[in-house]
Amino acid sequence: MKILYFAWLRERLNKDSEEVTPPPDVETVGDLIGWLRANDEAAELAMANPKIIRAAIDEKLVGHDARIAGAKVVALFPPMTGG
Amino acid sequence: MTVRIEQAPFDPGAETNAFLAATRGAGAAVTFTGLVRSLPDDPVATLTLDCYPELAVNQIGRMIAEATERFGLLDATVIHRYGALAAGAPIVQVMTLASHRQAAFAAAEFLMDYLKTDAPFWKKETSPGGDARWVEPHTADAAARARWQSPRDPEARK
Repeated sequence: MKILYFAWLRERLNKDSEEVTPPPDVETVGDLIGWLRANDEAAELAMANPKIIRAAIDEKLVGHDARIAGAKVVALFPPMTGG
Repeated sequence: MTVRIEQAPFDPGAETNAFLAATRGAGAAVTFTGLVRSLPDDPVATLTLDCYPELAVNQIGRMIAEATERFGLLDATVIHRYGALAAGAPIVQVMTLASHRQAAFAAAEFLMDYLKTDAPFWKKETSPGGDARWVEPHTADAAARARWQSPRDPEARK
């Protein structure tokens, strides 16, 4: 699946997207964040406070309990500051 | 309803006139325009907005659908820019149309409160000296959004 990063998460990771193939036991958005952090030091630091990271699956806003099976694109980003 | 997420500048007056030209007899239209703020004690040279446009269209479309249901809106338009904006430039315009003013005012506030916390935009301020920093989410914005939450809103249970 493809992962998109935005705002300071993109800057801290120095990439706006990547292709990943998580193992089957990575079932939810929360699992995915944990797996990314466990496998990359930059990701561990960038998402040092994983609770604040927001997510979207296939262009729909989801919570950390959302399942990622079948997802084409998962987006991870900081709290939003629009308007 | 109309949602436009775009980098190009927009003309707030022209947008308002176009909206008012298609009101079909409704009694109340409210327009809100958000501008790039730059105050003497906190000057901003450039505000750069990062954006996830596809998610923004979906999220704002959902917000307008909810506002329509809650307030009985007859029409709504949200325009939101992203990219690099100068101080004073319009960032966002929300326009609501209803039979009466209370619904039009309330729906415009509702949409703005949700845009602050639930639309995928991220602001980065650059000072006249060249220092850049990401804008932190304001707790007041979260509180403003929370006042609209109902028990059936899944976000309210978090």
